[in-house]
Amino acid sequence: MKTRVKLGVAVAASLMLAGGQAMSKEYKVGVLLPFSGVYAGLGAHIENGFKLGLEHYGADLGSDTITMVRSDTEAKPAASLAKTKKMVLQDKVDVLVGVVSSAVLGGMRDFVHNSGTPLVVANAGNDHMTGEKCSPNIVRVSFSNSQINRPVGGWLAKQGVKTAYLMAPDYAAGHQMMEAFKKTFTEAGGTIVGEAYPPLQGTKDYGPYITAAKAAKPDAIYTFFAGGAAITFVKQYHDFGVKKDIPLYGAGFLTSAAYVHVQGEAADGTVAALHYVPAIDTPENKKFQDAYQAAHQKVGSEFAVAGYDAAHLIVQAIKKSGGDKDAFKAALSKAEFNGPRGPLRIDPATNNVVQNIYLFKNEFKDGKVVQTILDTIPDVQDAPNGCSM
Amino acid sequence: MLTDSGFWFVQVLNSLQLSMLLFLLSVGLTVIFGLMNFVNLAHGSLYALGALFGYSIAQATGGMWLAYLLAPLCVMLVGAILYILIIDRMRKAGPMKQVLVTFGLIFVLLDIQRYLWGTDQLGVTSGIPFSGSFEIFGEIYPSYRLFIICVGLVVFAALFLLLEHTRLGAEVRAGVDDPETASCLGVNVERTFFVVFLIGSALAGLAGVVAMPAFSAEAGMGVSILVPTLVVVVVGGLGSLKGAFAGSLLIGTTLTFGQVIIPSFASMLMYALLVAVLLIRPSGLFPARG
Repeated sequence: MKTRVKLGVAVAASLMLAGGQAMSKEYKVGVLLPFSGVYAGLGAHIENGFKLGLEHYGADLGSDTITMVRSDTEAKPAASLAKTKKMVLQDKVDVLVGVVSSAVLGGMRDFVHNSGTPLVVANAGNDHMTGEKCSPNIVRVSFSNSQINRPVGGWLAKQGVKTAYLMAPDYAAGHQMMEAFKKTFTEAGGTIVGEAYPPLQGTKDYGPYITAAKAAKPDAIYTFFAGGAAITFVKQYHDFGVKKDIPLYGAGFLTSAAYVHVQGEAADGTVAALHYVPAIDTPENKKFQDAYQAAHQKVGSEFAVAGYDAAHLIVQAIKKSGGDKDAFKAALSKAEFNGPRGPLRIDPATNNVVQNIYLFKNEFKDGKVVQTILDTIPDVQDAPNGCSM
Repeated sequence: MLTDSGFWFVQVLNSLQLSMLLFLLSVGLTVIFGLMNFVNLAHGSLYALGALFGYSIAQATGGMWLAYLLAPLCVMLVGAILYILIIDRMRKAGPMKQVLVTFGLIFVLLDIQRYLWGTDQLGVTSGIPFSGSFEIFGEIYPSYRLFIICVGLVVFAALFLLLEHTRLGAEVRAGVDDPETASCLGVNVERTFFVVFLIGSALAGLAGVVAMPAFSAEAGMGVSILVPTLVVVVVGGLGSLKGAFAGSLLIGTTLTFGQVIIPSFASMLMYALLVAVLLIRPSGLFPARG
């Protein structure tokens, strides 16, 4: 029995060697995601999406194969840099993918920039990484912080909102998102009547901030909160009964498909903007949601879509380049396809994604939250902002 | 904003609600401190444990009422284990070793919490009592926050009666005032101390489980609340119920108004208040020992 297995393995190995001469290539993808720590939930969404993307788009690679090497970044920049180095220098991966935290991305940026191994960013939205700190090796398929919020200022002013109060956690993403909104909102004639930036760590009680915002009597409150903070904030905003006088708006992470069901009734009436909403009515999105829901029994979130599109992007670049390293990188920077979120392309000037931003409304009906798209702002593209490749 | 009377009214309620949580936490700490000169820095971890036990019990039973009852008891049990294994041995070790040991305990308990409950924010969505809002003087306020305020006031009243009108209360007051004379007069100070430690632990657990439905539970939530709690103990004066109550009101109000009126100086404001109180009354506002 044992010898027969051994013999089988030997035959298979010799066949594989013969196949090797016929140009089959093994592509190694280094997956850098948080599988533990505060972002572990998001890491799981992105990985699930990425695997589904490989299933859908990587099936027709012929004799070429794609293998994954995983590494847990948590939210720790220094440890993540060490793990990135190991992937590039020791595992010799062909491409890196992932990165949820902008701090982690910031920590590995210089190494990736100098390494020659491309990185496809599937979440971290820091503007600088496709602005003044951009790199030919770093391609972002998710979003930039300002990209999501920039279109909302003008849109909200057009809805008759004249004054707004801003609220976001006190860190880079919070400030970048609010600044982008503020710029277009004031340009469209709106006035900011107040802003508050509660500490990112440890703020659990938004009551005092909500009370202060209410007293400023704005037409609308515009916010960015994500994850656990978004759940807490939306619930407390609801409990303080402010919504009937002052509607709640925000960057769409506020009521993400990943947790809007936990917010439930509290999310009712909230209007938000994001690059992906599960309600998008296209064949690509239907294919994605059907497969994702069948596999994971939950709705595919924008995080899962980022992983899915990252896989699509990598497979497309492999097909176009046929194994050549520089051609592969060039193909990443020039990619263009239809994903679940609609048409997207990579802007070669910044390596950031160009995509639609959707404004959507949450309504609580029959015990669950229904998200409907109110408006689509097509082809939102970031200015180079100091980026020169 | 500052001319809006609704703002002041609701913000005062917000201050009261934070103050009551701080009171539940600091009252146990201050009596333990006053009674045996023992600083338990891990007191905040018991708060987190109260919230996390409460979360698990609420998940298992589908409602909060059993959690309000059982979570403080679970935390009390943890307190008893800590007391027997560690704290009792550290009684006579001197303040430096006590601080180091209980400081280390914070991290041990933190990792145990992470191991058992993970690192996510955990919240219950159903079975929460007083989950709506109510209108008072034209302002809408979450009912649950009023419930937190009531819990604090009820505990204050109960502790007042316990301290002033029971034998245990008399023993605690005697022990805080002069432990040696008290033990000469036949008070079992050791036993009194153990009971006080258990009550203090249970109250920290109660604070955690009461806070959890409104603010979610998370491993590590005890670390961020520890500093304001210690400030309350020092400002209020060691070992006194009245001091813990007054200190909580003062610090709760300062933090609440500070973070919206002068956000950049909010945390500094608390320390400025601490310095001012220590300069004027070095032993705190209402110290138990004259």
